[in-house]
Amino acid sequence: MGNTSSMLTQYDIEEVQQHCNNAFSQQEIVSLYERFCQLDRNGGGFVSGEEFLSVPEFAVNPLSQRLLRMLDGLNFKEFVAFLSAFSPRATVQQKIEFIFKVYDSDGNGKVIFNDMLDVLHDLTGQFISEQQREVDLILEMPLFTDCKQVLTKVLEEAGYNKESLLVMSDFVKILGSSGLKMEVEVPVD
Amino acid sequence: MSSGKGGELIPSSSELDLDRPNIEDYLPSGSSIHEPVGKLRLCNLLDISPTLTEAAGAIVDDSFTRCFKSNPPEPWNWNVYLFPLWWCGVVIRYLILFPVRVIVLTVGWIIFLSCFIPVHLLLKEHDKLQKNMERALVELICSFFVASWTGVINYHGPRPSMRPKQVFVANHTSTIDFIILEQMSSFAVIMQKHPGWVGLLQSTILESVGCIWFNRSEAKDRETVTKKLREHSQGVDNNPLLIFPEGTCVNNQYSVMFKKGAFELGCTICPIAIKYNKIFVDAFWNSRKQSFTMHLLQLMTSWAVVCDVWYLEPQNLRPDETPIEFAERVRDIISVRAGLKKVPWDGYLKYSRPSSKHRERKQQSFAESVLRRLEEK
Repeated sequence: MGNTSSMLTQYDIEEVQQHCNNAFSQQEIVSLYERFCQLDRNGGGFVSGEEFLSVPEFAVNPLSQRLLRMLDGLNFKEFVAFLSAFSPRATVQQKIEFIFKVYDSDGNGKVIFNDMLDVLHDLTGQFISEQQREVDLILEMPLFTDCKQVLTKVLEEAGYNKESLLVMSDFVKILGSSGLKMEVEVPVD
Repeated sequence: MSSGKGGELIPSSSELDLDRPNIEDYLPSGSSIHEPVGKLRLCNLLDISPTLTEAAGAIVDDSFTRCFKSNPPEPWNWNVYLFPLWWCGVVIRYLILFPVRVIVLTVGWIIFLSCFIPVHLLLKEHDKLQKNMERALVELICSFFVASWTGVINYHGPRPSMRPKQVFVANHTSTIDFIILEQMSSFAVIMQKHPGWVGLLQSTILESVGCIWFNRSEAKDRETVTKKLREHSQGVDNNPLLIFPEGTCVNNQYSVMFKKGAFELGCTICPIAIKYNKIFVDAFWNSRKQSFTMHLLQLMTSWAVVCDVWYLEPQNLRPDETPIEFAERVRDIISVRAGLKKVPWDGYLKYSRPSSKHRERKQQSFAESVLRRLEEK
């Protein structure tokens, strides 16, 4: 691998910084580049899904497959832009936009019931399903043991329904006041 | 502490799991810290930020990849004055030291083979004499190897004695760990079977000191190997077993989880800590980046291999301890002595994915909190 920071010129760093709206400092971008090169073992200029999955902490994350769809094939500039939502300098609006993008898998700017259901399935695995009668008995809840029912109930209580199409402004309304904490620290030598 | 929450499931589940204690006890878990209370609202369901933060944290930095990062010394040849000095160094190392070392090694091999082959073929009846001579010869060729890297090795602590029911464990940085230890006293090591010329050496010469081979990629292999280990450790006249419980080479700054196999043999464990001095050369064999031949050549064109070896106090399984706890305790002793940071990962994750159990545990705890909050008013 050699001395990676010498492969990134000052001009490159500034370009990347601009692309991510100054979400990261120049030192952080150099660190991220080292990390990118470390993950990109075959040196193809992008990190493949397999290479991300070789990080055990990432592989055990319930949303890893969803994130891989967004991460696969990104070059370094796009990689930094992807991570910019997690910078402490990112605004709440940017963080909510990122979450919206995770839900909106077809990228048409609308989140439908099935999108939310898919994410709920990813997060809960098979632990909420109609077959789980044991859960029923222990929690004494014969009614809402299915993801669809959970989601429908919660949606209706918030004033939406199964046919609702949520757009970005809806997400801002729902998540804007809940004190979103979504930050990672980039280690700088 | 039991061996994993999945204890109630069928025992033939993934072998990786049975080998280590609960990872969740070590991992920084963002999502389980905020214990959500109150009625379940839409914003709680849609807010996936804790899970996303964990994923992004892992992308940016993770403790597992850090263990296998080569850390070559910083280049210091960056100015007009130092650069010629460095260049002289390169010339000396490649054009003077390297040929001398190759000659030393070749002489060593000639002496070794001309003694070993006759001993091996002719002394078949005199079993004990043959064994002792072969051991001495293997120690000899290891000394030649060490000399070929200008190895400066400081041994601390009492030399291990040959007693039955005694097993040695050490942290693992490169296959040369074995050569360095073998130089002082004969061990029977358990190693991954390598391809190429190393494999040839393994099946011929190293067999004579009683080494045991395994193949990571074969699932059934584990049982046969455990059996062989047990047999060997009970034998009186065998060389003491040397095991590297990490199962893979780590970069000498971290230590990964120890496999419990060595700790359930019912033997005394003698820990050995090995620490290389990086100023002279980074002795970590990054098997993903170099072949063993390249690694050896790198060592032979460096100034020296300097390391410390500590033979530490023998440990026994305590009455209230499980083998896994015992393994962790010994790992602690070795890591403290060699200045290594401990990480909670299984070294074999280098070659395979973590089992789905970990993800399932996260999913289960999230599901339970959702269901619980659903009913709150």
